[in-house]
Amino acid sequence: MLQRLQHVLAIETLSPEQILFILDQSKPFQEFQRHPLKKLATLRGKTVALAFFESSTRTRISFATAAARLGADTMNLQAESSSLKKGESLIDTVRTLEAMRPDGIVIRHSSSGAPEFVAERLGVPVINAGDGMHEHPTQALLDALTIRDRKGKLEGWNVTILGDILHSRVARSNMHLLGKFGARITLCGPAMWMPAELEALAPGTRRVPRIEEALDGADVIIVLRVQTERIHEPALAAEEYILGYQLTAERLRLAQPDALVLHPGPMIRGLEIDPVVADGPQCGVLEQVTNGLAVRMALLYHLTGGAPVDAPHPAKERSNAAD
Amino acid sequence: MLLIKNGRVLDPASKTDASLDILLDGERVAKVGANLSAPDAEVFDAKGLIVAPGFIDLHCHLREPGQELSETIVTGTRAAVRGGFTAVCCMPNTQPVNDTASVTSGIVERAAAAGSARVWPIGAASVGSKGEALAEIRAMKDAGIVAVSDDGKPIATARLVRQVMDYCNALGLLVIEHCEDASLAAGGVMREGPQSVRLGLKGIPAESESICAGRDVEVAALTGARLHIAHMSTRGSLEHVRAAKRRGLLVTCEVTPHHFTLIDEDVRYDPNYKMNPPLASRADRDALIEGLADGSVDAIATDHAPHHPGSKDVEFDRAPFGIIGFETALALGLSELVHSGRIPLMRLVKLFTTGPARVLGMERKIGAGEPADLTIFSTDLPWTFRAAESASKSRNTPFDGREFRGGPVATIVAGRIVGRRPLEARAGD
Repeated sequence: MLQRLQHVLAIETLSPEQILFILDQSKPFQEFQRHPLKKLATLRGKTVALAFFESSTRTRISFATAAARLGADTMNLQAESSSLKKGESLIDTVRTLEAMRPDGIVIRHSSSGAPEFVAERLGVPVINAGDGMHEHPTQALLDALTIRDRKGKLEGWNVTILGDILHSRVARSNMHLLGKFGARITLCGPAMWMPAELEALAPGTRRVPRIEEALDGADVIIVLRVQTERIHEPALAAEEYILGYQLTAERLRLAQPDALVLHPGPMIRGLEIDPVVADGPQCGVLEQVTNGLAVRMALLYHLTGGAPVDAPHPAKERSNAAD
Repeated sequence: MLLIKNGRVLDPASKTDASLDILLDGERVAKVGANLSAPDAEVFDAKGLIVAPGFIDLHCHLREPGQELSETIVTGTRAAVRGGFTAVCCMPNTQPVNDTASVTSGIVERAAAAGSARVWPIGAASVGSKGEALAEIRAMKDAGIVAVSDDGKPIATARLVRQVMDYCNALGLLVIEHCEDASLAAGGVMREGPQSVRLGLKGIPAESESICAGRDVEVAALTGARLHIAHMSTRGSLEHVRAAKRRGLLVTCEVTPHHFTLIDEDVRYDPNYKMNPPLASRADRDALIEGLADGSVDAIATDHAPHHPGSKDVEFDRAPFGIIGFETALALGLSELVHSGRIPLMRLVKLFTTGPARVLGMERKIGAGEPADLTIFSTDLPWTFRAAESASKSRNTPFDGREFRGGPVATIVAGRIVGRRPLEARAGD
């Protein structure tokens, strides 16, 4: 029997069984996105606090929409808000939120470990919506759902991750997740963003300096955003990056013919990815967005809903429509 | 008069290891010998305990003046004597910085009034430790400083290091360096390595320390000055110190208990594991222990760095660096170095006594006429360190709840018992 999830702070500490459970639970929510009336009453009366200490548009909207479609109310705290600007500490801010009795807190923070710091101090389920350079677990889960859908299974693929690996929480979460499912992971990017220590994150990880070699035989290609806001080193000239690491249509042909291209967004066309590839049939970016809703609905349902893990799935219950 | 009876006296200066009694008269030792008697003296029975020269800590932060929320001279020295330290050297990064004789005098006066550990201030090398003009070093020396340092950071440029060393050399003062290449370390919060990559925390490469240590050793060679490397944490820095000693340079170094106990793999998202220099790799830690064993390392220093709870209960990358260290130093030395068989007990005592004394150009020994500063400790009584019971005003330590075998029992400064550790097991004997 699977244990109820208390928090979702990192992929590293989730078991393969827990990951598959989340993906399986996401599946009916994925289909649910196609319904004309996209609202359930499952979490009616529940409140989800969205504490985005670092600015975010996509992930925040995704969580807010996921909560709304489950019938939950949301409380919003945004990076621009006044308490943060006035210098209130993280712990005081989240204790204030906790005092409003939310049923779960979603945290995005620029400091690695901030969600764990909060989870250790509050009695509320915490979902990590991205912490510093550490992890972005819901991104890896929605990527896994997309890979499983597109390619029929999750296990055993050749996965190439392109870009600034060192500063990427998306890369870390994906490496942990796919590494648990037998992926052979190839990292490729400018050498200073790809230290040797990364190979220890997941079994079967290698670093390849040349993009042509890194793409050879790839089944899944994860293109990372060049995260200028997290780079402490002198920035690399855009032209230099494009020359060495842009995923072009020509380079994509080195991968498997049915290779899937993923990108966590926001995508900068013409920098890390050629617009032709971004708009091409191999690109799964928009499915990733839709799958993000499904995964986040599954997590919010299981962390804040209080239902047993083997309860009937809410998206399959016809009587569950909101009024 | 105070008669310490039946203790095992360990004195590295004379290589004494014998069951001896020590008679203290006022602030001095009157007599050392077997089976002493003094009918008028108060007797301290040290049976089963070690009696050592008073411990000296070369590196601590007492936070006064200016940061009294975290520590004061009263609370800091109380914690020091509970940890067995009879004298502590406090770094100048207070508010204001100890860069003038008036700040130095204020520290000396408050320490005298506090009446526990002796406090030997370290003055800033440059005004405000800003790395521009020389501080009022001669005036501070007259007021009582024992060394200069811009601790918290290195002296800014090789040119200024040279000027400070030349100037201090003429005054007979030691220069203590916090070695860190700012450009390599910039923004880092823990040692760069597999764990920093895994946790997504910005790393500080080990070379950030050794590059600066190399610079300072070269300038020490150029000037002939006495250089002491503070809180050394890497093999690379240790190699610089070893090479300097082989060249006959007056270069010494210290290692902290946390750097010989913990490693980067122990780091969690808990700011009590955040210190500067950061916890080192396993290989570097093992090299430090080798250095402690073979005599390349001159002293164990705590780098006691109190931060009040509010300042430490924050995100890891926003927390200040440093942990408190007085009360756990000896016990960590016993458990990690002596009980583990890495160094003999006499060497551990040396690292707390004659070692740091010689770094400062002093002698430390037990003998008639010497200052009556003694540290009495157990090597085997079990006890548990509880941060909440610390005499420090701060609680920032990764060793809360740690169980120890052996630790300080009584600390004697100028003939008075000023620190008594409530080692719970003592009640049983």
